[in-house]
Amino acid sequence: MIWNEAKECMSRDQLQTLQSARLVKLVDRVYHNVEFYRRKMQELGIEPGDIKGIEDITKLPFTTKADLRDNYPFGLFAVPQSQIVRVHASSGTTGKATVVGYTRKDISVWAECVARAFAQAGLGRDDVIQIAYGYGLFTGGLGAHYGAENLGATVVPMSTGNTKKLVTMMKDFGATAIACTPSYLLHIAETLEAGDDIKDIKLKAAICGAEPWTEQMRKQIEEKLHINAFDIYGLSEIMGPGVACDCIYHKGLHVNEDHFFPEILNPDTLAPCAEDETGELAFTTLTKEGIPLLRYRTRDLTSISYAPCECGRTTARLSRFKGRSDDMLIIRGVNVFPSQVEAALLEMGETSPHYMMIVDRINNLDTLEVQVEVDEAFFFDRLSELDSLTKKIGHVLQQAIGLAVKVKLVEPNTIERSMGKAVHVIDKRKLV
Amino acid sequence: MLVNQLSVFMENKEGRLEQVLETLAEGNININSLSLAEATDYGMLRMMVSDPEAGKKALKEKGFMARLTPVLAVDVADEVGQLQVVLTKIKQAGINIEYVYSMKAGGDDGATIIIRTSDLEKTQEVLKA
Ligand SMILES: [Zn+2]
Repeated sequence: MIWNEAKECMSRDQLQTLQSARLVKLVDRVYHNVEFYRRKMQELGIEPGDIKGIEDITKLPFTTKADLRDNYPFGLFAVPQSQIVRVHASSGTTGKATVVGYTRKDISVWAECVARAFAQAGLGRDDVIQIAYGYGLFTGGLGAHYGAENLGATVVPMSTGNTKKLVTMMKDFGATAIACTPSYLLHIAETLEAGDDIKDIKLKAAICGAEPWTEQMRKQIEEKLHINAFDIYGLSEIMGPGVACDCIYHKGLHVNEDHFFPEILNPDTLAPCAEDETGELAFTTLTKEGIPLLRYRTRDLTSISYAPCECGRTTARLSRFKGRSDDMLIIRGVNVFPSQVEAALLEMGETSPHYMMIVDRINNLDTLEVQVEVDEAFFFDRLSELDSLTKKIGHVLQQAIGLAVKVKLVEPNTIERSMGKAVHVIDKRKLV
Repeated sequence: MLVNQLSVFMENKEGRLEQVLETLAEGNININSLSLAEATDYGMLRMMVSDPEAGKKALKEKGFMARLTPVLAVDVADEVGQLQVVLTKIKQAGINIEYVYSMKAGGDDGATIIIRTSDLEKTQEVLKA
């Protein structure tokens, strides 16, 4: 089912006209309402009048995550705070989180985009959807929730954490769909298998996102649960889940292009890539009011195709994500940079600065182990002191990145020293 | 008597203990006694050796985390209950015993035990009294 045929199936020409009109208005708004963009445009020597259509987008400045942090908390908002009805914030960063604000209209656009995604997964008002993303500052829970309500489905706001209750309700309520991270869904599937409950569930679709996963994992989920699994993409800076989602043909994620203009750029030169060529994805939020962003560099690596899809939609499709152009890790939905671990260890000052992060997926849940070399000055003969040092490091790291960490003290000089770019991460999740 | 113990931090992985022993043997350093305390991921090897300083140096050169820790070597008569007498004295003085291991198993000259406590000086006084 197509939720909004007028928008999702319009001709590419019509779409371009719409995008052009929206971009012109957007540039005018940010120039006059956001000091940051006015300055950036002035530095580039451009004025709103220079942007006449979507083809002029390459003249505009880029926006990065650092820009959001530098303007913490509300510096990039384009409307007075009285018009902001909700904020979300990215998890897992020390001190300055990246904060985004939504006007009433932003919330409704978001609910529209997520409803399109659920419809793409074949869902509608007759469905019972369990939302098993975290509710709160993280965009997953509330984003999926509003979209499912907009769809008219019966929404069960489970949040995360209580898998047993989730499984019971899945059976008792006859849930037909679930929205959660793919790794959590695999965990749920195992719980169902263990209780021999798969035959008693009515699940037909899962809409999974917030962390990278592979096509193999998608198929594994489909086979285990006898359902269709869909990949939903989004990031809080742009909106949250629902920026793009794949359809039943699973040939890429349809971007809601009337609201988000995608560009694929060469990560080194930032020059536009050709169709189907892999590069870094950037988005311009064409309609956003609260915190509109120009050419926001997502750091996600993918390619784009504009060919029409068998499902009838004409919107561009993103290929499966191929990694990132920076070293950010997504662990249990939390964004983690090795630099955060390094900074926390250095600030604590009771270990050597040599560390290695080992990311794994055990029983379908992401785990993070941080190996730290024992430092001469903080090496004790008492095991109890080493034990408290381990606990202290664990606490400091959890504070810094927002994730429980297993700390392992290792002997000096066992973490490989690299001559070039240091390797600080071993990701055993085999996602690509 | 206050003595220097050689303490080595070791990850729990195969062959590490052998490498320590090998290194000390190469340096012609004799091990008089040894105790290994283990946590989940790592262990602490504690040794009384013929030349603690040289032992530490040799181990550090091989990349081991080694240090010297002062401990008490206490002679006890080789009779039933003697070790307990010593430990009870220390405990009654309100001193915390961190670990104990034996250095010389006994015989005609009695036994020697190695004790590490929260307050070595006070322990010495208590035992003299
Ligand atoms: Zn399609």
